[in-house]
Amino acid sequence: MPTMNIIQAVNDALRTEMQREAKVVVLGEDVGKFGGVFRATSGLFDEFGPERVIDTPLAEAGIIGTAVGMALYGMRPVPEIQFADFIYPAFDQIVNELAKFRYRSGGQYPCPVVIRTPYGGGIRGGHYHSQSPEAMFIHTAGLKVVIPSNPYDAKGLLLSCLRQNDPVIFMEPKRIYRAARGEVPTDDYTVPLGVAKVVREGEQVTLIAYGAMVPVVEEAAEKAAQQGISCEVLDLRTLMPYDLDAILGSVKKTGRCVVVHEAARTCGFGGEVAASIYERAIEFLEAPIQRVTGFDTPFPYSLEHEYMPNADRVLGAIRKTLEW
Amino acid sequence: MVAVHLQDDLRRVLDEEGRVIKGAQVPPVPDEDLVRIFDTMLLIRVMDDRMMKIQRQGRLGFYMQSLGEEACHFAVYPLRQSDWVFPSYREQGAWFWAGYSVENYIDQLLGNEKDPVKGRQMPVHHSASWLNYVSISSPVGTQIPQAVGTAMGMKISKTDGVAMTFFGEGTSSTGEFHVGMNFAGVSKAPIVFVCRNNGYAISVPIEKQTAAKTFASKAVGYGMPGVRVDGNDILAVLQVSIEAVERARAGDGPTMIEAITYRREGHSSSDDPSVYRDPREPVPWHKKDPVNRLRGYLRLRDIWSEQHERQVIERHNEAIASALARAEHLGGPPVESLFDDVYEDIPWNLREQRDYLLSLPRQKSPHKH
Repeated sequence: MPTMNIIQAVNDALRTEMQREAKVVVLGEDVGKFGGVFRATSGLFDEFGPERVIDTPLAEAGIIGTAVGMALYGMRPVPEIQFADFIYPAFDQIVNELAKFRYRSGGQYPCPVVIRTPYGGGIRGGHYHSQSPEAMFIHTAGLKVVIPSNPYDAKGLLLSCLRQNDPVIFMEPKRIYRAARGEVPTDDYTVPLGVAKVVREGEQVTLIAYGAMVPVVEEAAEKAAQQGISCEVLDLRTLMPYDLDAILGSVKKTGRCVVVHEAARTCGFGGEVAASIYERAIEFLEAPIQRVTGFDTPFPYSLEHEYMPNADRVLGAIRKTLEW
Repeated sequence: MVAVHLQDDLRRVLDEEGRVIKGAQVPPVPDEDLVRIFDTMLLIRVMDDRMMKIQRQGRLGFYMQSLGEEACHFAVYPLRQSDWVFPSYREQGAWFWAGYSVENYIDQLLGNEKDPVKGRQMPVHHSASWLNYVSISSPVGTQIPQAVGTAMGMKISKTDGVAMTFFGEGTSSTGEFHVGMNFAGVSKAPIVFVCRNNGYAISVPIEKQTAAKTFASKAVGYGMPGVRVDGNDILAVLQVSIEAVERARAGDGPTMIEAITYRREGHSSSDDPSVYRDPREPVPWHKKDPVNRLRGYLRLRDIWSEQHERQVIERHNEAIASALARAEHLGGPPVESLFDDVYEDIPWNLREQRDYLLSLPRQKSPHKH
């Protein structure tokens, strides 16, 4: 089984599905001959030609708007938004159009567009190459939101997205695009949507994360273990619909919980996770749920290392739940 | 030098009495089709009149009429059943022409249990996938890049399909208009853009939308022809749309049509034009009425009579009255349908919220409609 990074796994998923299904087309800025600024569509132009791997004009509302039209027509477009920070010009097309077509047409017009976009900080990209806007899309009725944390899941989740009939925001953790490496089968497989994964079993504290924060949380769990604290790590993988049963199952076992994301704290997804646990399992909790998140500031450039949640901050939160 | 031919002259076929202007090209449309088009124009008139009345009586929440703009709707005439239409909100004639029934239309307006969109949208936001007529959105211009995407899909799939989209001249100010036109020009997508220039975007007149001499001239910037046509002259509308659809189908790329017309009444049932325009301003447009001009043409050709017209209007009145009686008698969509079609399958959070709502006593709507 070959070893791949997340970019190669995404590329492999796209190639696999494009070979299997002629209706799949890739479109976006620089995705054609160049193969994407992160190389995620590398080689697809040569293999599938300019009609299925489309270098579009530079306008996100046009990329998503035309992808919507293609999907209504019965195709399977996979638009790439070069950085999640650039997705806002297409916001109306995503939240008012793409997300609502099935509903507002009384079920007449499904719109299965899978939007791929790299998100998150840690690459010295400043405010416009570092954001984590997932909460806006989770809050939007009609969208699914999926964020893999490793190459195996990246391929399997993307193939699942391409084979179901709802629109998906597929956010790729660009900070670990190349750093996260692992074995990825070359053959066809899927990882189910809506199912979290226990990546480390433990007894005392549940750590919940997704995407680029999963390795950070794993590092914190390792440090905690050295101090004799047993943490369970849950990788959510799908944020809408998220795996409530897995969350409750783990928290009921451990009685403590830390939720971690890079996105800003207020109205971030961690708040939703915490509220869901309080509503359904407060009697199992030994301590208040802790959130480790980005700050409610714009994403900074020079002070990026201060902004990003890290293993020590997570460890601090773990200790807080134990010492409460 | 402009690389693309710009037809800056207004295309016309009929004069105000319905006579063919000397030297004008009459489109190759069979008489029976012209008669059907006229029949459909009368349906729009009767429907609009009736719906505005019931709106005023409090029996309908909202309505948008087309008085004076009906000819523009028939830009869809050259389309085939396999072609796609991305409408705006003022093209009821296009829907009826394609086969959308009076019952579908009224059920949608009332949002009842037979509403094709299940009571999900305000009146006039129709959707008919069986006709390839795409669900209407309120934010203007969103349909433009979508229509281009469908046209790109037709080209990629190597069909000879054509997409058509409608919008008002105010919509040409949106980003989506420019984005869509540009994508279409670059991809040579088989699409026809129909801009209904009716003079107003709610209260805002055209000189506040653009400093360009014409809206059609914007097409030049996107490498496609822009054609100006008298939008109250049905034969001219048919001629330019036949040309544009043929051009798209032949693989020669997109065309923008600017149909010059005039919105004689308010933007919607909620609008009051007396606040922002001189009540005498619409008067000259009565003489350019598209229905009168086609009637004149048909009568000069002796293929339409006053007696026949009375029968047609009677037929439309009866169809509307019976559809309305039936529609008003129907209940609303079932409460559990609130949670359907958000996704293909209902996820756990929506299932939970549905069960909660169903456990409560039913609420009575404070609105009659």
